Amino acid sequence: MTDLINELSKEQLINLYRQMLEIRRAEEQLARSYQAGLIMGACHTYIGEEAIASGVCAHLRPNDAVFSTHRGHGHALAKGVSVRQVMAELFGRVTGCSQGRGGSMHLFSPEVGMMGTSGIVGPCILQATGAGYSFKLLKTDQVGVAFFGDGASNNGAFHEGLNLASIWDLPVLFVCENNLYATEVPLSVAGGNPNIAERAVAYGMPGIAVDGNDVLAVYEAAGEAIARARSGGGPTLIEGKTYRTRPHAEGMRDGSYRTQEEIDTWKARDPLKLYRERLLAEEVANVDEFEAIEVQVKGIVEEAFEFSKNSPWPDPETVLDHIFSTPR
Amino acid sequence: MRELTYTEAAREGLAEEMANDPTIFVVGEGIGERGGNFNTTLGLYELYGPERLRDTPISERGFVGMCAGAAMTGSRPIVDFMFMDFILDAIGEMINQIAKMQYMSSGRLKMPLVLRGCIGVGGAAATHHSSNLYSVFAHVPGFRVVVPSTPYDAKGLLKTAIQSDDPVLFLEHKSLLNTKGPVPEETYTIPFGQANISRVGTDVTVVAIALMVNKTLSICEQLTQEGISVEVIDPRTVAPLDIDTILESVHKTGRLLIVDETFAPCGIGAEVAAQVIDLAFDDLDAPIRRLNGAHTPVPYSPPLETAIVPQPEAIAQAIRDLMAE
Repeated sequence: MTDLINELSKEQLINLYRQMLEIRRAEEQLARSYQAGLIMGACHTYIGEEAIASGVCAHLRPNDAVFSTHRGHGHALAKGVSVRQVMAELFGRVTGCSQGRGGSMHLFSPEVGMMGTSGIVGPCILQATGAGYSFKLLKTDQVGVAFFGDGASNNGAFHEGLNLASIWDLPVLFVCENNLYATEVPLSVAGGNPNIAERAVAYGMPGIAVDGNDVLAVYEAAGEAIARARSGGGPTLIEGKTYRTRPHAEGMRDGSYRTQEEIDTWKARDPLKLYRERLLAEEVANVDEFEAIEVQVKGIVEEAFEFSKNSPWPDPETVLDHIFSTPR
Repeated sequence: MRELTYTEAAREGLAEEMANDPTIFVVGEGIGERGGNFNTTLGLYELYGPERLRDTPISERGFVGMCAGAAMTGSRPIVDFMFMDFILDAIGEMINQIAKMQYMSSGRLKMPLVLRGCIGVGGAAATHHSSNLYSVFAHVPGFRVVVPSTPYDAKGLLKTAIQSDDPVLFLEHKSLLNTKGPVPEETYTIPFGQANISRVGTDVTVVAIALMVNKTLSICEQLTQEGISVEVIDPRTVAPLDIDTILESVHKTGRLLIVDETFAPCGIGAEVAAQVIDLAFDDLDAPIRRLNGAHTPVPYSPPLETAIVPQPEAIAQAIRDLMAE
């Protein structure tokens, strides 16, 4: 691995941390809000996996297209959707990024290239492939990116999407966030090969496994893959090995399928903690600077919370709008 | 006026649209150099090459889901799926994603995607090459479902489908592909939700879908000689459904028969009947009748295959029976 600590500017290094922290603090507020009854439906938090969205999206432009899955808050935030818009959406308010039609599992903000999260596992892989098809046909240097979990890697969409992207050399990055469990089914009993990156061989594309809790490792692998895609070199599969430290969804029990010891082991490798320690050790930033970032992010999240809970509900009169682009 | 086959007319519509809009591309098995299993793209590969006439692996879910993503990002895909049965591997992409994308995104994403291919019973194609299923898609909010019966309609409606920002299922009955009809040289489109009065009559209204339009028309002259004047309505699109034209006809005739090759339960005939009862009960002089194909998988052997779909004589008899009510 190259020495990114020395290659990247202090601002770039700090921005990666700030992005991860924004996701973390937003998710913590969402979890509290769920418990307070402000979120009526599903809420799948991204806590523990922040390094992946942050490391990948740091390379993306607003017109690159991200397609995500049910655990998608972090992807939306890292792609540039505001905390307010994500939070207000989960609160079911008209100010949310999907104007209250989506909730946690259907976050849309095409204005910043967030092309949607999905309550179905797998389709994001195909849709990112399609974005790659558009960009190739239209001769732009945009890329399509799919974020999905280990569960999706056992779905037909994974096989078909990776194969199509490979045979047509499409500018697509497939990012598998392997958090070891598909809902609560361990990958150890669900996948014939636990190293998902190795499956790329079957499709004739590079497959890179990285420590998904090391934001610089993710950043480096994604940077190479995205540069390759932009320059016509075709798709890449990146597997980020990571872990979600909260239950599959808020409100779900979390005991029968994994041990507290396992959770604690991964918490000790918390991606924010690891990166903060690294930046302190390398003297990129000091404790006071981290404190200032904490205060800044806390302010953003608190403001988003006030904004969201005070936002108006959607007007029921509009419930039939947008089924079609044209009335008939 | 010159005559074209149904396939030639649709292909001319596709060619016109592809010439006008470089963001249109077609995917499917054998639609590239080969020109399509049903000649749907014949001659276009030479003009536009592999990026716009893209042969695919047998990955229906893959390329349908891919085309959803392409439609969300600035291009206008057309999936040429050959047989309705094949596309069922992609039904989750269609119903969960394609039909819902505009709504989920509050209208900020469009879904200019056409899914076209064959439906229908005929040619001893057996049960995996004979599905209709248009009622299934008409049931789902978010789809336009087109079932043309003439070459003229095939061209005009395919052009509208390609120009539409909504997802469209363009369904071609395979027994219609080689039928001929007049198609003008000058370009035209046909709006969705506008039924065609295929034959004007005064005694009984027959709403017929796709191939059933032709089968019904084939017996109208005979019924005229028996003293029954039949009005034939071809909805052309089952979603949206032009109920107004049907209501106007029923207002005139007082009698309604719906002829549909496919299943009766929860079908388009049930929908038409329910709407007419809701909106025009007092216009009816007799019960609404349906003539449907049997509620069964499609058998292979020709005598069996013929037995499960409405034949002209059965349509004629159903009309006579309705007149006697």
